[in-house]
Amino acid sequence: MFSFITLPSTISQYGVLNSSYVKVSPKGIEPQCTIYTISGTKGLVYFYTYIIDLLSGTGFLEMTSLFYGYYRIDMVHFNAIKYNLPLAYLLTTLVYLSLSLIWIVKRSVEGFKQSFVREEDPFQSYCNKIFAGWDFCITDLNASRLKHSSLKYELKTDLEEERLRQKKARRTTEEKLRIYCLRIFLNIFVLALLSGCFYSIYKATVYSQENISNVISKMTFEGNLFVQYLPSIVITLANFIAPLFFSYIIRFEEYSPAFEIRLTLMRCVFVRLANIGVLLFSLGNRIVCANEKCKACGYNYELYPCWESRVGQEMYKLMIFDFIIIFAVAVFVDFPRKLLVTYCSYKPIQWCGLQKFQIPENVLEIVYGQTICWIGTFYSPLLPAIATVKYFIVFYIKKISLMHTCRPSKKSVRASSSNFFFLAVLLIGLILAFIPLGLSMTRIRSSKACGPFVNFNRSWDVVPHTVEGFPGALQKVLNGIASEAFAVPFFVVICLIMFYFIALAGAHKRVVDQLREQLVMESRDKQFLIRKLTEAQKRS
Amino acid sequence: MGGSASQLPRDLLGEYQELTFLTKQEIVLAHKRFSELLSKEERESILQKRVPKSKILTLPELRANPFQDRICRVFSTSEDEDGSMSFEDFLDMLSVFSDSATSEIKSHYAFRIFDFDDDGTLDRKDLEKLVNCLTGEGDETRLSESEMDQLIENILEESDIDKDGTINLSEFQHVISRSPDFASSFKIVL
Repeated sequence: MFSFITLPSTISQYGVLNSSYVKVSPKGIEPQCTIYTISGTKGLVYFYTYIIDLLSGTGFLEMTSLFYGYYRIDMVHFNAIKYNLPLAYLLTTLVYLSLSLIWIVKRSVEGFKQSFVREEDPFQSYCNKIFAGWDFCITDLNASRLKHSSLKYELKTDLEEERLRQKKARRTTEEKLRIYCLRIFLNIFVLALLSGCFYSIYKATVYSQENISNVISKMTFEGNLFVQYLPSIVITLANFIAPLFFSYIIRFEEYSPAFEIRLTLMRCVFVRLANIGVLLFSLGNRIVCANEKCKACGYNYELYPCWESRVGQEMYKLMIFDFIIIFAVAVFVDFPRKLLVTYCSYKPIQWCGLQKFQIPENVLEIVYGQTICWIGTFYSPLLPAIATVKYFIVFYIKKISLMHTCRPSKKSVRASSSNFFFLAVLLIGLILAFIPLGLSMTRIRSSKACGPFVNFNRSWDVVPHTVEGFPGALQKVLNGIASEAFAVPFFVVICLIMFYFIALAGAHKRVVDQLREQLVMESRDKQFLIRKLTEAQKRS
Repeated sequence: MGGSASQLPRDLLGEYQELTFLTKQEIVLAHKRFSELLSKEERESILQKRVPKSKILTLPELRANPFQDRICRVFSTSEDEDGSMSFEDFLDMLSVFSDSATSEIKSHYAFRIFDFDDDGTLDRKDLEKLVNCLTGEGDETRLSESEMDQLIENILEESDIDKDGTINLSEFQHVISRSPDFASSFKIVL
């Protein structure tokens, strides 16, 4: 992102390398759409407004290259080459997201193959654990104690799962009915909780947006910050409460332990990603409206003269708040907890114990942060860079916190099988990121007051516009590819190929089963022959 | 390295390299570690000396291992059956546990290690002792009776092909050949 968009803009603005730029000149647009003033930068500015601006991306940060609004350049000239910035902006975002998609799919295919093969072999799991369970390379006594307890826990869970499976098979119809009713009731409860969360996020976003438009200097420092961060606070609260609730009710639903963990994780993932979705939806609702307020420019130009920057600001705020929370939790919760447990022998505190490092929750946090980064990339090109720095720091914070404050969790999550699951969750996050991007590129009118797409109706229009400039034959080819006459047969062919591979996989599975049966048959033959031999020997 | 008597003669080094799966560096390192277990005077005649089991078990690679007694018993060639090991026994052990040892050799020796009563088959008592070794010594770390029975039933179901209630060497090797973790876990590197 940086090299293709920010660099050319800054280079041309400062005239380095003999470059010049052509600023976007608004043609044939209503004048009221192009008014765009940034509040709070004129006159005497208090010191704390700088801090507010830094934390929420308004004020002096709004017109920097951090946000969409900075890129008003139409064309950059480097000596003889013309560099089409709007096209580059659009394409870079799409390429970045597609590369992430390809990379995730590649990694998850490897994990999928492994988990597929692993699950095919319930034939083997106990023997593998018993005969190959002990790692002979362990030299440390503490590590060996840990390995003992994790082996014991693994064996116990497997045995319990088997017992539950047998119990499930023996359930009477009456019990089944009771359990299904209970599950439906609990799921309705979960849905009610989720709708409560969504409604509160919606309300918080609307309130926050309304009050941001008020004159900032009227409010106190804390009040201002609170209003800016209200959606983030509500989202974080929801992300914190919902998993606690889910892990409590899962006990009543009587699933097998492995499925319990998966279901709780799926619910937590859904809550986190849906929260972001609701935030975007409520923002989108306010930006696009059906009454005459928006008729002139296609979007709510009074409140949002540069709506892309505003969306970018919300994503930026979410990311900063996420980082602050991780840091605050590590410093203000984990370390004092460790100090309390080590030095205070008060019974309830000892019972609470040290923090356990939960891998699933931490992975979900990372997925959440990454989804925010993906969604915000189009509106705030430097967001991936900020995310990189953030994750770098978060890694070391978590590492230090883990080394010093956590005790090892008894539940050992088998890394290889969960790998695929976590990558699948990441993929869901990426697909969620594609949706608002697609909608805003193709449905919502791009701002007329800022950004590189001032002259276009919608951001996507820059592509057909460029294609028109191509030579005729290339144009015909590209038009042909984009038309339905090509897309539908292509889709059908892809479906056929997919069915072929599914059939192939099924056939392989059947071959494996047959070979297994043959193996058992062979040993029985051997036994039979040995018996016959001994009988013959006895007779002679 | 010093030309002292504590160094292995070269022809012996070559011989050991041919007879075991170890490389020259690994044999030299094993020699060094073994001589550290002996007192200064005994180091002169390192190849003839036997190190008692208690000293062998001070090696960091073995001290945390729940199968330490069985390993010493299996690889020791002492007539007194006291688990003491000579240098060649030590090399033998390292060779079986090295990276380049074949899966057949490893599974053969694993079978002997797990066969606690040395009767040539893994019966229920052997399996019970094996599971107890894995879960740790101490009463609160063991599995309950019913869990143990269930576990042993499952193991026998998976590996006992001829359904005689015990696992013999070929059945064991068959199960190990399909176990993905065995090669990486049955390994000791100095």
